[in-house]
Amino acid sequence: MFKLDVNGQQVTVDCSEDTPLLWVLRDHLRLTGTKFGCGIGQCGACTVHIDSQPVRACMIPIEKAQGRNVRTIESLKRDDNFSVVQTAWLEEDVAQCGYCQSGQIMAATALLENNPDPDEEAINEAMLGHICRCGTYPRIRLAIKRASHQLSRGES
Amino acid sequence: MSSTTRRDFLKQSALASAGTILVGFQLPVFAKKQALITDAFIRLELDGAVTLMMNHAEFGNGAYTSLSMMVAEELDLDWQTIKLEAAPTEQRYYSPLFGEYLTAGSVSTASSFMPMREAGARTRQLLLEAASIHFSAPISSLRTADSKVHHRDGRSVSYAALIAVVEANGLKPPEKAKLKNPEDFAVLGKPQRRIEAPEKVDGSAIFGSDIRFDDMLFASIVRPPVYGGFARDFDGTNALAVKGVVRVKKIDAGIAVLARDYWTAKKAAGLVTVSWEDGGNGGLSTKGYSVEYRELSDKPGLLAENIGRAEEIIAETEDGLVIESVYEMPYLAHATMEPMNCTAKLAGDRCEIWVGTQYQSNDRTVVAKMLGVPEENVVINRTLSGGTFGRRASKTADFVTDAVQAASGENVPVQVIWSREEDIRGGHYRPQFIHRLKGVLDNQGYPLAWHQRVVGKSIMQNTKHDPAYMVRGMDIYSLDGCLQEPFGVFPYGTSYEIPNHRIESHNPAKTGVRPHEWRAVGHTHTGIAYECFLDELADKGNKDPLDLRLHLSRKHTRMHNLLEKLKKVSNWEQPLAAGRGRGMAARVYSNSWIAQSVELTVDEDGSYSVDKVFCVVDCGFAVNPLGIQGQIEGGIMLGLNAVAYGAIDVVDGRVVQSNFHDYRPLRMHQMPEVEIHIMPSELPPTGVGEQSTTPIAPAIGNAIFNATGKRVRDFPLDRQGFVLKG
Repeated sequence: MFKLDVNGQQVTVDCSEDTPLLWVLRDHLRLTGTKFGCGIGQCGACTVHIDSQPVRACMIPIEKAQGRNVRTIESLKRDDNFSVVQTAWLEEDVAQCGYCQSGQIMAATALLENNPDPDEEAINEAMLGHICRCGTYPRIRLAIKRASHQLSRGES
Repeated sequence: MSSTTRRDFLKQSALASAGTILVGFQLPVFAKKQALITDAFIRLELDGAVTLMMNHAEFGNGAYTSLSMMVAEELDLDWQTIKLEAAPTEQRYYSPLFGEYLTAGSVSTASSFMPMREAGARTRQLLLEAASIHFSAPISSLRTADSKVHHRDGRSVSYAALIAVVEANGLKPPEKAKLKNPEDFAVLGKPQRRIEAPEKVDGSAIFGSDIRFDDMLFASIVRPPVYGGFARDFDGTNALAVKGVVRVKKIDAGIAVLARDYWTAKKAAGLVTVSWEDGGNGGLSTKGYSVEYRELSDKPGLLAENIGRAEEIIAETEDGLVIESVYEMPYLAHATMEPMNCTAKLAGDRCEIWVGTQYQSNDRTVVAKMLGVPEENVVINRTLSGGTFGRRASKTADFVTDAVQAASGENVPVQVIWSREEDIRGGHYRPQFIHRLKGVLDNQGYPLAWHQRVVGKSIMQNTKHDPAYMVRGMDIYSLDGCLQEPFGVFPYGTSYEIPNHRIESHNPAKTGVRPHEWRAVGHTHTGIAYECFLDELADKGNKDPLDLRLHLSRKHTRMHNLLEKLKKVSNWEQPLAAGRGRGMAARVYSNSWIAQSVELTVDEDGSYSVDKVFCVVDCGFAVNPLGIQGQIEGGIMLGLNAVAYGAIDVVDGRVVQSNFHDYRPLRMHQMPEVEIHIMPSELPPTGVGEQSTTPIAPAIGNAIFNATGKRVRDFPLDRQGFVLKG
């Protein structure tokens, strides 16, 4: 039995200690917003936050997540309101197939929490590990800039 | 927590549909009485929602948005009231173009444009008639807007409130639709954000692999190491000993391990010992194909097109004046973000399937045949797909049959998920191709004779599409983009005119690695060969590449205008600094014309960055300019990715690549700036889903030549010393 905090709630999961956090979220907790893309930390589709840091959920065995705060894409909306980053994603019409976007949004959210006004280099570095096979990269960049603009003007 | 997160699937659906639009998946509502079905595509709900039946799959293509726009325009819908539902596998929902339930070929917008508008218009006329009764007023005093009928005296009535009037008076929609004049369009032709986007930013969108039931099982499949091999025998004892594993069984694809969660199934799959047969494919290699195809390209093939006397002119020309090149393009995997997956439940002689698919009528036929049950006993619930690029239109329904076989005898839903390794090694690739080209110039330096032999496996041969796509033994999908004249069902040529033009085809035996459609199909190789060789001729004839194409297309207005536009917007004639290069290409695919020019910078060591791509497209009336822009950017990304790194190698029957570390995706910082110009047009809309993938690869090859003087003819570029930076 493993205990962890997911999106502000204490959960207990009965699984083997090597089960990656990704499959705990998807199969045990049925939080399917976090996606499986490669299983080797190459694509970023499974990005969640652990203690506010973006991590690849496919690379974190449940025992390493024990007792820590896990935040997934499902937590971003508050009282049915989209977060600043989600809103920017909608306004820039970023998603195509949408499968990678949970991971992209979690990465962008972490970036902007640490650095509300990132330059191009900081954006590139933060998003380097996140693949989009539909090619939404130009709009992801625009959405990050839009969200950054909102946040730096204190309109969150 | 577990009580709220382990909500069963029914609850999840209900919750989602109560909130925003649910497009991923919705339970069938045939039993629902509180609605008025006015058309196969439209259901007016009493609560004010308008449900539209989507008969094309959504996988990033934007079909759900453009189809909704067509109905919303004619029915004057409040965009917020629209709900979407994946239409069931019924004949009335089949593509009017294909006669099958198939989303492919960049034709969804074109083939839906009239049917969806007519559906909206007829429903609007019905509601106007009902409102005329409701207000006791002539229809001429009424207008529609925001899902309401408005009387000119200021009163209004919602569409939902008119359901009772329609039913009480037994009104029916008129046979003939009165469509709006395009100059009155308020929705069509205007940028519209993706309708299902809200679900895609909060994690609630349901893709195939997100289907959940309380009692379901997850399966991982141990697949044969040699392509096309199969399991003779296996020992699942060690796998069964893993806590959570329920079953280990042999299916056609290999050995399926079923467990309570995917990780357990995957882990236990590694403990199964299997004795494999290689299916006679142990000697297969892509190098072997290369040698075989090059030999074939030296021999006459089947004659696809022969305009003038190309062969004779080449024979009469002295050797030094015949320009000859061989181009080779490798196998490509689709590598969709969401690996293949499917969920199936068998109960008695019925089978229910949940899957992201492009081709559900075929999936159903294949499964019904396999199970020996009538087609109506197989129900397919289509979810969203995390990308396809053609992969999810499987003629063998391979990823569906996996799940059906794995679910056999279980009585609970079973979800098969392919690992990334299985996905990349699973076959269904863009086939390897060799093109041998010869050209002769006239005394002005213009192409006089063109001779091209195309060698590669047929996609359509020996499939049910054989009659439509095979012409005199040649697969038109192998040749699309080479021919000057229309060929088979493709009603367009290159839009260039070379006076002597001969195209021959070799479709080698369709054994070994399976050929499959890959975004833009034939153009992914014909585009490179044709447009790069055209630049070779331009260079030999001392012509500017773009001016040469302007000359060749002078009788083809759409191409000619497109090229004029490209020349202007891309500052084509402005010189570039040393080390930089510019290249272009233009193509016609699926009735849309598209041209691109690229600017890139090459360092001394051959590493390069693509700085800018200019793209001009003529796709008829632009239904959703915002969607078109996204499709074009995406196609450019995928085409650039393939020409830069893309290759699947087979050695001793085994696929070498396995995951994103060795089948490299393009990443965000490598994406060039893209400037898009859509040609204004009042012609019927045509596709944009695949078109932009086609010119980018030759344009890059041509720009590298422009920058360095080196002509690459074997792809991808990173194997020829040109490595995309990053």
